[in-house]
Amino acid sequence: MEVERRSLREKQLAARDMLRGDLEGEDLERYVEERVVTTTFEKVQNWARANSIFPLTFGLACCAIEAPISIVTARYDLARFGAEALRASPRQADLIILSGRVSIKMAPVVRRLYDQMLEPKWVMAMGACSSSAGMFSNYAVVQGADKFMPVDIYVPGCPPRPEAVLYGFTKLQRKIMGNPDQSWRRRYDAYGTEEWARGGPRSEPSPEAAEAYSAAKRSVERLREETGEPSLA
Amino acid sequence: MPDAPGLELIRGEIERDCPGAVLATSFDRAQAALVVDPARVLDVLRWLKEQPGQRYAFLSSLHAADYLPNEPRFAVHYELINRDRVERIRVKAMLADPGAEELPEIDSCVEIFPTAHAQEREVFDFFGIAFRGHPNLTRILMPDDYVGWPQRRDFPVGGEPVTFTHTERRYG
Amino acid sequence: MSSDLLNEDLVDDRDREIMTVNVGPHHPATHGVLRLVVDLEGEMVRELRPVIGYVHTGIEKSCESNAYWKVIPFVERMDYVSYFFQMEAFCGAVERLVDLEIPPRAKYLRTIFLELNRIHSHLVWLGTTALDLGAISMLWYCFRERDKILDLFEMATGQRMHTRYFQVGGVIEDIPLGFEEKCRAFAEEMPIRVGQYEDLLDRNEVFLQRTKGVGAVSRERLLELGVTGPLLRAAGDPWDLRKAFDYLAYPEVEFKIPVGTVGDNYDRYRVRVAEMVESSRIVAQCLDALPEGPFIADDRKYVLPPRSELSTSMESLIHHFKLVTEGFRVDPGEVYYSIESPRGELGCFVVADGSAKPARVHFRDPSFVNLQAFREMAVGTYVADMIASLGMLDPILGGVDR
Repeated sequence: MEVERRSLREKQLAARDMLRGDLEGEDLERYVEERVVTTTFEKVQNWARANSIFPLTFGLACCAIEAPISIVTARYDLARFGAEALRASPRQADLIILSGRVSIKMAPVVRRLYDQMLEPKWVMAMGACSSSAGMFSNYAVVQGADKFMPVDIYVPGCPPRPEAVLYGFTKLQRKIMGNPDQSWRRRYDAYGTEEWARGGPRSEPSPEAAEAYSAAKRSVERLREETGEPSLA
Repeated sequence: MPDAPGLELIRGEIERDCPGAVLATSFDRAQAALVVDPARVLDVLRWLKEQPGQRYAFLSSLHAADYLPNEPRFAVHYELINRDRVERIRVKAMLADPGAEELPEIDSCVEIFPTAHAQEREVFDFFGIAFRGHPNLTRILMPDDYVGWPQRRDFPVGGEPVTFTHTERRYG
Repeated sequence: MSSDLLNEDLVDDRDREIMTVNVGPHHPATHGVLRLVVDLEGEMVRELRPVIGYVHTGIEKSCESNAYWKVIPFVERMDYVSYFFQMEAFCGAVERLVDLEIPPRAKYLRTIFLELNRIHSHLVWLGTTALDLGAISMLWYCFRERDKILDLFEMATGQRMHTRYFQVGGVIEDIPLGFEEKCRAFAEEMPIRVGQYEDLLDRNEVFLQRTKGVGAVSRERLLELGVTGPLLRAAGDPWDLRKAFDYLAYPEVEFKIPVGTVGDNYDRYRVRVAEMVESSRIVAQCLDALPEGPFIADDRKYVLPPRSELSTSMESLIHHFKLVTEGFRVDPGEVYYSIESPRGELGCFVVADGSAKPARVHFRDPSFVNLQAFREMAVGTYVADMIASLGMLDPILGGVDR
């Protein structure tokens, strides 16, 4: 049934009548129609999850001053996105923001924290250092947090502005709600051209890379046969 | 900063009390430094700290440097401040690398300057210079089971090259 | 809240067991990734062992493989709330190595930014420490002012944090139009804000009870441990490198050094808050006395020529090319240069070996040395006092671990 839009005054009068118990018949049906939204359970669940993220108070280095400390302050309020409740315990948090460089001594600690979080959980690699070690290409920094844990969203910058972190946060919310932002793929019509997407519709590995890959696969298989381990293929 | 003649006076006075400890003086870019024999470094530090009129009683920094390929290879620097006259002096102890698995050794000055406790651990962690008499000479910044002395000049910087598809041929 | 409240007769035998607790690298109250292994007897701290290194970034090693001007962004990121100070320590050391004199305008500009950074660092400290002690609303007020300072930084340099504004020879760019008014307005407003912070905290009974008489260490012990900065000044020793060793524009401005009496946590709080007021006075004086002139030295061997010259002078083009690709070479030598950072003496030791890259860059970080005093501050007090003392110690783990 199509519900034509009524003016605010009309709706207010209808609400008053509803409260008095005066609405009946068609008026009552129209009243209910205006206020019911039908959707799937997953959508509601994802919407609820996205708008009530509990970030973990986890700061490693310089980015920690921008997030989690600066984005909860009044100018860049994170609370308006529903993420006001920062929890200190990983058991109660669902978003871990890797704000800062992950040194080799800290990496097992971060992994342990991530493992202690309960599903569903998300990871934001904030800043250049956690995305890819930033400027620190040396012995002491893990070259990107995705070497040891899955990352959902990368926010570039050194340090990224709090607005950039909030933008990344809204993208993460859209990802959680089930319609992840396709960004450059959509903008440049570049689906399937990712660096890693072997087997994607439009990606072709270089012949040397393909050969190296299949050679490595063969040698792993051979090793497995020799040692008697079950094959993963 | 004691100026060049002042530095020579200090050296002369140390020679009187601890003969043979100071090997050379250096006055470079308005900074005074005494190059001392590593076996006598505690005598010199104690003299500088307690001598009335010299009282360099504040150890501002203890750090080391690796001068590869020059010999002797390592130097432990002690930056001292005389707070009454507001002057700085540097004491430099050059150590040679014994080679292979052995570590260069020098006496620890933790009794004279308790602030050296953490700083000597850092020098040990990064250069492998052992301080005799240090209460807890273990790694401080690197993980405890790390192998290698990162700040030595022959230790590689590390990291890894970034692989893109077009460089995959190069790095496999 | 001191240890003599614990009456030995009333203690049950069960309480005499020592329990080792790990205040791990991830903790809301450790300012950064500091790990404390604490031996507790009941609620009293009996032994404390800090474990550091969780954010060790190998900056000193990375510096050895980059040209001198490329090292500046690396060293900025050590003590990450007082980044201008690291830049100043390194640039000052290199300027002494190459014997380069910076023009007076650059000296004043550097002083302005250093003092703004000092206020910034103390604001971050105050916000987070008051948060640890329970005065949660202080965080929002302090960060409101901090955002104003970051607006000033962004106006002048384009970045909020890690601005790479100081270069060898001066500053990279002159301040834009409108910066002076905004900065002056901020410097006038800051003492009023500090008064408001004091109103919030000075009569807060919980805050006073938690900080007065807690964590006092004697001045002699602090000097033995090499502690400098507000911790030493709170214990009664007026040692400040800005007054002791004249550098930049500090000899020309008038400011006082706040000094405490007892050396407990309350004195440390008062000293830092008073330093914020003094820093805003320094900024106002520097703005008044800001001389005209070049903002960076003239020596084309070390300093990039202005871009306008690149299209007219061949020599400038060659200098520019040389400086950007290889960088300037420095004759062999070594220098140790130290300044007063918000936490104490920040020293930079640079060894040059004649090439375009430094052979060794080492930072004497104040937090690294001050952390040795933490054991003395916290052992024998309650766990809650240990947290308060950690806040008042103001360690920044980026500097501790480098």
